[in-house]
Amino acid sequence: MTTIDASRPIDLASRPDNYLTHTRGFLSWALTLDHKRIGLMYMVAVLVSFFVGGVFALLVRTELLTPGQTIPGVTADVYNQFFTLHGAIMVFLVIIPSIPAALGNFVLPIMLGAKDVAFPKLNLGSFYLWLVGAAFTLVSLAMGGFDTGWTFYTPYSTTTTTGGVIPVLFGVFILGFSSIFTGMNFVVTVHKLRPPGMTWFRMPLFLWAIYATAIIQVLATPVLAITLMLVVVERTINIGIFDPSMGGDPVLFQHFFWFYSHPAVYIMILPAMGIISELISVHAHRHIFGYKFIALSSIAIAIFSFLVWGHHMFTSGQSPLMNTLFSLISFSVAIPSAVKVFNWLTTLYKGNISLTTPMWYALSFLVLFTIGGLTGIHLATLNTDVHLHDTYFVVAHFHYVMMGSALIGMIGGLHHWWPKMTGKMYSEKLGTAACIIIFIGFNVTFFTQFYLGAKGMPRRYYDYLPEYQTYHVISTIGSYIMASGFFLTAYCLLSSLFGGRKAAANPWGGGSLEWQCSSPPPHDNFAVQPSVGDCYDFRSLRWDEATQGYVIDPALAAEAARNPLH
Amino acid sequence: MAHGNAHDSKHEPHPLVGHLVPMWILFAVGGALLVLTAITVAVRYIDVGEFNMVIALGVAVIKATLVALFFMHLKWDRPFNLLTFVGSMAFVILMMVFCMMDTAQYRPTQFVGNPPEVEATLQANAPGAPVARFTPYSP
Amino acid sequence: MSTLHTSHASAHDAHGHDAHGHGDHAKYPFLQHHFESPAHQFDSAKLGMWLFLATEVLFFGGLFVAYAVLRSRFPEVFSYASHYLDTLMGGVNTCVLILSSLTMALAVRFAQTNRRKAMVWCLVLTFMGAVGFMVIKYFEYTHKIHEHLVWGKTFYVPPQDAAGAEEAKVISTAPAPAPVALTVANPATPAVAPIAATPPVEASAIKAAAAAPGGLASVRQQAKAEGLPVAANDPAFAHPSMHLADPTMPANTHLFFAIYYCMTGLHGIHVLAGMVMLAWLIWRGARGDFSSDYFTPVDVGGLYWHIVDLVWIFLFPLFYLIH
Repeated sequence: MTTIDASRPIDLASRPDNYLTHTRGFLSWALTLDHKRIGLMYMVAVLVSFFVGGVFALLVRTELLTPGQTIPGVTADVYNQFFTLHGAIMVFLVIIPSIPAALGNFVLPIMLGAKDVAFPKLNLGSFYLWLVGAAFTLVSLAMGGFDTGWTFYTPYSTTTTTGGVIPVLFGVFILGFSSIFTGMNFVVTVHKLRPPGMTWFRMPLFLWAIYATAIIQVLATPVLAITLMLVVVERTINIGIFDPSMGGDPVLFQHFFWFYSHPAVYIMILPAMGIISELISVHAHRHIFGYKFIALSSIAIAIFSFLVWGHHMFTSGQSPLMNTLFSLISFSVAIPSAVKVFNWLTTLYKGNISLTTPMWYALSFLVLFTIGGLTGIHLATLNTDVHLHDTYFVVAHFHYVMMGSALIGMIGGLHHWWPKMTGKMYSEKLGTAACIIIFIGFNVTFFTQFYLGAKGMPRRYYDYLPEYQTYHVISTIGSYIMASGFFLTAYCLLSSLFGGRKAAANPWGGGSLEWQCSSPPPHDNFAVQPSVGDCYDFRSLRWDEATQGYVIDPALAAEAARNPLH
Repeated sequence: MAHGNAHDSKHEPHPLVGHLVPMWILFAVGGALLVLTAITVAVRYIDVGEFNMVIALGVAVIKATLVALFFMHLKWDRPFNLLTFVGSMAFVILMMVFCMMDTAQYRPTQFVGNPPEVEATLQANAPGAPVARFTPYSP
Repeated sequence: MSTLHTSHASAHDAHGHDAHGHGDHAKYPFLQHHFESPAHQFDSAKLGMWLFLATEVLFFGGLFVAYAVLRSRFPEVFSYASHYLDTLMGGVNTCVLILSSLTMALAVRFAQTNRRKAMVWCLVLTFMGAVGFMVIKYFEYTHKIHEHLVWGKTFYVPPQDAAGAEEAKVISTAPAPAPVALTVANPATPAVAPIAATPPVEASAIKAAAAAPGGLASVRQQAKAEGLPVAANDPAFAHPSMHLADPTMPANTHLFFAIYYCMTGLHGIHVLAGMVMLAWLIWRGARGDFSSDYFTPVDVGGLYWHIVDLVWIFLFPLFYLIH
């Protein structure tokens, strides 16, 4: 695919060679340097981990159907392992790598019109580090598991006799480096591999989001690495840095841990916000409103995220001065997020909204992120947090933002770029139905938990007072509904691989560069770097019935060039 | 990117990319670093109270600046690389300041020792048991 | 769709693959396909390395924060314990690393000017500097470990060597002391006075016992109970560790050594990694892989080595130059 030939639609039949078929054999995938293949492998790995983490979630929810033991064999200790594994797998193996490593790897270079990321070998290295980290987690399961909670708080994590703690700490350490190398790769790619004409403020917003995420990955993850190493050292040779009887301070661990883990949650949400910018503008066929504000708010969120970690520690003995400071700054970090939400809403207003599956996911995101974000303000307020800390309110809040927003964004992006990645279209009916089922199930599961938490149900508790049982039952039923929605999504996407219609190069009418190459893209992406204009200007596109996709109409393009929007 | 330097380009090939640091700068910086190390070791044996740490760290910062600017090429490199390096240190300082503010704030609440009867009971039941003792915070 | 800039497209085509794009790739075999020119590739490699160095700064930064917090809470521990570090050895180590940094920078320069033999020699000298650093470190560590100037509870265990073994045997077979009779002090007495009034020998006995490995039995208390001498310069305790015999040692001194070994140990691991990297560069350099056209690995490896030096430049005053 060379320069844009607007006169004829992309003829897929004459281009059977794409990145999937370019070379064959196990080694051609295992040793590939092609970012698209690496992205695809990441996607498979992340989705498998999501399934495993989801199984643990269902076990947790099922166990909570009744106070006391519900599932035979699941004691309180086993339950602790379930929620710990659910958390650790979802945070470290799924959500953090999902959008940057899986979707980002695939889309970033093509969106830039580049041939690959800056460091392809490092990219493959990141993937193998992920695999090694996942392997260590499996090893830790075999060695007795771990029940410390995904947050590994001292002194429990330094003194518990559960056998799998050290392996999983090494596993997460290695996963951290996978994340760091991906971040490094993306920063250099965005800085150095942009095509002529793509200035910073001509980049698609997904790239701004990925770039801001990469900055956080590079700066924050090493602190997690050293924190985990200190816990390993503490466990093995007992240096005493977190042990009060030896002059240490367990709250110091919390400072160290949250210095990474708060920016980490922005690693999770920022790329999803970038996807939503793309989904909303493309599927509403409307230029994104407030481009510069959205772009700069990504950077603002990235920087602010480093200033608020103490809001996880309000009740841990942190000094009143720091409590106040962190509370204040946490309020202000909501502002850039709100800026984005308002801009997306304005983009939808008077747009030509196509209710495609990605659009349904984008709309779900808007609702769920608003709820999640606003409840974060409840928790950032010192006096309410004293009551809500470590209750189900917190659990509900972070599931709304991590799952209802970040994960939904990822799945929406998966549906949006699925035709590009696989060359197949899925059934819109199935996809939309699945999205709606997930949305309903999610709200039944987690909205109930806001009530649970406000009424005082503590988190991570195996047993509870009978007065909470009704809510737990409702929440668990919701989780089953949600799970069936995810199974339907999986069926929808996987069945498209076998019976789906062939996808056009541009089925949705997108304006960024990835829609200018075939679906799936050829091995080299672009032979010559295409030049770029405004990727949110959709005026030169028209629907082509033959290929069931959008093509550039030269007349419309010339018209648009005469009247630039900005 | 500048290719080489007029002083040394007599018969030396220019590198294809990057910048050639003049030899004398490398040796001068190396020498300065050694001299600064000697100074800072010497000052350690002189008592100037609070200033000992200030001087020691100050000299360390000067040495670090010399290494970064000259050995690591930052003087002639793209400004973004310098921003990356300095920015990372800014985040370390941020973490340090907030953590130290926190520990300083709750120092007055840390106990200095048990009352005698409690101490006696403790020693009776667990002779030699470790008890963390902190010095009272005085500004 | 992107508004077509046809002028851009044709201009790009005119420069086109053959004049600029493919030409460069044919001329420079090291040029990867996704970079336009060697300068482009070099710039990207440098930026990538600087980002990695940023992560290293933050990795060590965590330990610097731990150091700062510990030192602000226990300043007396740090000023006391730093006397156990040999400032001269530390200073020599600093000079060794500085010189190795100089030879590394020279190696980069020689690579840039196509002087292969000089480059390889400088890399070898850098490697020798690293070896020298590790050797000095080895002597420092072994001396301290022998004296039990280490982290954690081992700090409070007197080192067992030939002379001390006999005493240790006597002490370990002594029966546990009877519990001290309860005496309730006058509630009106201020709490601090009895503790401050404790004679120094008692204080050091309690401190020494504070984290003895058995947990609760104090080595010296037992010795005292048995009538064995406990004075610091007593020949019966021929080789006590200086710190255990010192009544002025503050509580929690083991924390200094904990953070000392963590930081210098992590630094040492980075030096070892640097040695592996240098060995690889020496091997490739001797093979003739580097020239004034392509010296990126040497340059980028040099950046890593300078960061290792930089970290030590800060570690040195923080541990060895505390007055």
